[in-house]
Amino acid sequence: MSIDVRGVNKRFGGFVALDDVNVSIPTGQLTALLGPSGGGKSTLLRIIAGLESADSGSIEIEGTDATQLPPQRRNVGFVFQHYAVFKHLTVARNVSFGMEIRKRPRAEITQRVDELLSLVHLSQFADRLPSQLSGGQRQRMALARALAVQPTVLLLDEPFGALDAKVRKELREWLRRLHDEVQVTTVFVTHDQEEAMEVADEIVVINHGRVEQVGSPDDLYDRPANEFVMSFLGEATTLGGTLFRPHDIEVATSPLAVGGIEGTISRIQRVGFWVRLTVLTDDGEAVAVEMTRSHARELGLAHGQTVWLSPVPRAARVSIAV
Amino acid sequence: MTWAPTRPETPPADLEQRPLPRGRPLLQTNLTTASGIGLGVAMIWFSMLVLIPLCAVLITASEGGWGAFWSTVTHPQTFAAIRLTLLSAAAVTLVNVVMGTLIAWVLVRDRFWGKGALEVLIDLPFALPTLVAGLVLLSLYGKDSPVGLELAYTPASVFLAFLFVTLPFVVRMVQPVLEELEVEVEEAAASLGASRATTFRRVILPALVPAITAGAALSFARGVGEYGSLVLLSGNLPYRSEVASVRILGSIENDNLAGAASVAALLLVISLAVIVVLDAMQRRVADRG
Repeated sequence: MSIDVRGVNKRFGGFVALDDVNVSIPTGQLTALLGPSGGGKSTLLRIIAGLESADSGSIEIEGTDATQLPPQRRNVGFVFQHYAVFKHLTVARNVSFGMEIRKRPRAEITQRVDELLSLVHLSQFADRLPSQLSGGQRQRMALARALAVQPTVLLLDEPFGALDAKVRKELREWLRRLHDEVQVTTVFVTHDQEEAMEVADEIVVINHGRVEQVGSPDDLYDRPANEFVMSFLGEATTLGGTLFRPHDIEVATSPLAVGGIEGTISRIQRVGFWVRLTVLTDDGEAVAVEMTRSHARELGLAHGQTVWLSPVPRAARVSIAV
Repeated sequence: MTWAPTRPETPPADLEQRPLPRGRPLLQTNLTTASGIGLGVAMIWFSMLVLIPLCAVLITASEGGWGAFWSTVTHPQTFAAIRLTLLSAAAVTLVNVVMGTLIAWVLVRDRFWGKGALEVLIDLPFALPTLVAGLVLLSLYGKDSPVGLELAYTPASVFLAFLFVTLPFVVRMVQPVLEELEVEVEEAAASLGASRATTFRRVILPALVPAITAGAALSFARGVGEYGSLVLLSGNLPYRSEVASVRILGSIENDNLAGAASVAALLLVISLAVIVVLDAMQRRVADRG
């Protein structure tokens, strides 16, 4: 395990940011810390980097206890949401900053800066100032700067949070490819479940300062541990007191299946390829159902029609705690 | 000064649509009518208040020719006054660069009891009539000084008065820049291995240099022209505590307008040179990082 977090607690005044967090992050993988804003994921990342200190607990990086180490000696690369560029230095000097601090030979610095700038596709901008770059370019520069010191782990705090949707999507695909190329243990914080599902090998879901579940994107989607994970990683709807994914609910126009729940279609919405139904059951539940357009046409569904709902076999489900 | 953030230039979008004025314009410009009037008013204002009086000073100074100018400024008493003024102003500027930055740092980064009061007090030397400042200084550092420092009628009194009136310049220039500085930038430097001292030297200081330089230029210029706050404390002893502005007044009282203008012209040129040099230095430091 590359990073071992054990029994970490952190409070800001009366606010509990992290509550006895235990998590192990595997070497060489791309791990996402996913959760809603204010859930403690950024605090955890900053504690791993040494930018914040835990009230109790320990942090181990590559087998060495880093709990008491200052950020300068943890050998982590950190990328901030708002880039944190050195405004007065050129792109190349930003990237070489860490190597200059480490007093590497001039020739080595020049060579490595060239390599890194071509890796992040900024070679032609080497002599520009950061203010002449776009947001996405600045963040790629910040990434090269963090990678320049050959960190044991690379930590990214909402790295694409300040970018617009299109650039964000491009950059996260690019980050995935970059990670496959560089293979450094990487942890990134995000509140965007789509981003986490698309990019990460493993996801740690954090809410209210606690780890809710750890697993691969498929694990979390198909076998969510609780209500929170189920509803945070995609759509969820209640049917008969249990949470299901709307696309895991089957609709029948006659009471064929045993245990089908009867209801009336109160709304039909077409969203491109999908059709979204809202079905009011006799128990007063408003159940969301999703199906393809062609399937909806086959069934000949209409507003006000009576239908019978049942979950598909092997559907992801979570019982709602009362 | 280049410390102000540069705004992206907005091209005059309406240039294409507007019908061009008939005939050849006197000057080829791309100004709209409104900004043309604005520029004109600004230039008239600036000329009347600054350019014309400055030229008048230079012309009066040159009336007696180079010889008269030279003999005025090298007159031993005048020379002593100019030297004292410039050396004190330079020394005060150096002190302000260090202390002003320090005070700005404390005001921005530290939380302490009475911070709000200190914020207001910093501006007091601006607000206080300079003669009142002189009186305060005289009662504190004059004869029978309650603090045991009798500086009145010594060259040090000039230094002290300069120090008092120029205190806010660097502080007020550096403070907003320091407030704008993201803490994340320092954290980035730390995670890249830079110690606190290195981070200060290589990341924070370069960001502050333009503001410090601007404050230094203002503080030097203010020192060179200061009169009110030191006139009581220094006693204006020739060769000892007399400054250039007092010397200029002396010349005018003796009906020697050309002599006064000569000293004024010299001070003007030196102040301008210092501002230009500081600006050039600031650019070099900012470029080098």
